[in-house]
This record gives sequence, C-alpha cells and structure tokens, in this order.
Amino acid sequence: MNGLLGVDIWRGTEQGAFQTFAIPRRTHQTVLDVVTEIQREHDATLSYRFACRVGMCGSCAMVVNGRPRWTCRTRVSEVADDDGRLRLEPLHNFAIVKDLAVEMTQFFDKWKEAHGYFEPGATPEKDFAAVPPATKERQAANAGIECIGCGVCYSACDIVAWDEDYLGPAALNRAWTLLNDVRDRGQESRLDAVSGAGGCQACHTHMSCTKFCPQAIAPTFAIAGLKRAILKGILRGRR
Amino acid sequence: MPVLFLAQRATAFVLACAVAVHLVTILYAVRGGLTAAEILARTHGNIGFMLFYALFVIAVAIHAPIGLKNIFREWTAWRGRSLDLALAAFALLLVALGLRAVFAMYTA
Repeated sequence: MNGLLGVDIWRGTEQGAFQTFAIPRRTHQTVLDVVTEIQREHDATLSYRFACRVGMCGSCAMVVNGRPRWTCRTRVSEVADDDGRLRLEPLHNFAIVKDLAVEMTQFFDKWKEAHGYFEPGATPEKDFAAVPPATKERQAANAGIECIGCGVCYSACDIVAWDEDYLGPAALNRAWTLLNDVRDRGQESRLDAVSGAGGCQACHTHMSCTKFCPQAIAPTFAIAGLKRAILKGILRGRR
Repeated sequence: MPVLFLAQRATAFVLACAVAVHLVTILYAVRGGLTAAEILARTHGNIGFMLFYALFVIAVAIHAPIGLKNIFREWTAWRGRSLDLALAAFALLLVALGLRAVFAMYTA
C-alpha cells in the first residue's frame, strides 16, 4: 500500500476546528493505528481514548467520516472516502473533553436513571436460581447482554440529539435485559423509570442504534419490548 | 407519559380507520358531482354521520396535541407546565371547532 492518507481530526472542545495530517498508507491499517501514529509521530498533544485495541473495551469509539464506529475494528480501506481521506470527530451527543475524547458521565448516569442495575431484593434467595437457556426471558436477555457501553448507539441516536432527557438506546437496552432477568426484584420501579418523559416511548424507531451497534445488538427491539411490557402492565391494571 | 403514549397510539388506530372511511366516502359520493346543498341534505339529521365525525374530531383533538408536544420537546426548548397548558387549550379548540362544524352539518 503506497501513498499518503489525508486525515482531518477535530481539535478542541465544543469550539475548535479540524486539523489536517498526512499519514502513510499501510496494509491492514486501522483508524486507531492512524490516530496513534499521529499522536506519537506528529502531535503529542492530540487527545483520544483507547485501551484494548481488539474490540473488547469500546473506549476507542469515534465518528469516522460521519458514522460512529470502533476505530480499532475499522480498517482505513473500509471507510476512507473516494479521495482517500478520513474525517475523525469525537462521538456526537457527548460533551467533549478534548479533541477525540468525550465526557461519558451523563451516558452512564442515564443507565442508573433507567435502573440499569441488578436489584436483588431485600432478602437474598436461599439458593442459586435455575435459569434454563431455552426460556423466552433468558433468550431475550441474551440478545442484548453483550453491550459493553461504548456509546456508539448514543452517538447515532437522533432522539438523544433532540431531547436531553432521553435515556438513550444503551440504558434502555440494559433495562430490557434486566426486565428479563427472572432473579431481579426491582421490575416495577424499573418500568416506572423507563416510562418517564425521556423514557422508551420517546423512541421514534429510527433504528440508528441498531444499524451502528458494533456488537450487532438491536436496542430498538429492546425498547419495543419495554413499550410492550408497559402496555401489558396497564392492561392488567398494574400500572 | 405512558398514558399519553397509549392515547396517541390508540387514537392513531381510530384515525387510520376514520381517514380511510372519510376519503373513500368522498371519492364515492362525488364521483358524479355533488353540490353543497346535496351534501347537507345527506348529513342533515343523520345520526350515523354525526357520531362518526364526532369520534373523528375527538380522536384528532387527542392525537394532535400529544404529537405537537413531542415536536416542541424535540425541536425547541419549550417544555413544562406552560407547554402542557398551551396544548390542552389547543385540544379544547380542536374539539370546539370540530364539534361545532359536525353539529352544523347535522342540523343544517
């Protein structure tokens, strides 16, 4: 692979500008390789975030040529535009710490707001719960359980951009997996938490979260499941 | 919120049926030409017509303000009590104007 790759990278916070670098093209080069090369060889003040480099931690997510992605799992050859250029921005819908690093506090606070944590109840069970793998609940939980909290769905979501109260796809997906956890004892309060002004009903089913999730999770279907669960609760007079 | 969401979905179902009936009726009724006087002659004293369009109006009055509330929330900074009151007033206006028109057609 020969030639140079033109890379426009966002520098600054909410205010800032794109800075252009020219990086040698290399075989099987990932976008994260490019950012790392720029930081090590061209400008040590460039801020970005990564850890595992193999698609396990999710911390290297950025917007690459307009689409949110894990940069470690994205080869330059897959995404460079017709002119062979890359345009790298921090994830959308997050406050920017600096350059490509974003502030994720609000994102994880919304997981808490959505009761995205296991509720064991006041008295612990005496024995292990038997959860057969073939049950409907276990399979529904399995479908969304591999979320690693990278924020790609949150960046892709139009509703998050429009409504600051919206809990977002990841938090609602987590609430759905827990709603299907037969051991959990906090379901009523969880359904209340996801029915508020920024809850699951605010979803417009644009499916951007599902399209861009690097784990191939479908938060849209999790959100639809929450809507159904709330409807069932109302019809049964429980809500 | 769930109540508003469900009310909007339920009225969407009513409206989908009502709009279909409304359009098909118009197309069928005017295929050979129809004057205002002939329309009023058909609607006058027609209890079925009145009930159908009263339901139509009420469904609109529930459906539209909830949708507008979402639009205002997503596209402007307007939210809270003043927005709710404004949209409640809009709902009442839709009911009043709509039922007035339906009643006028029934009694004309």
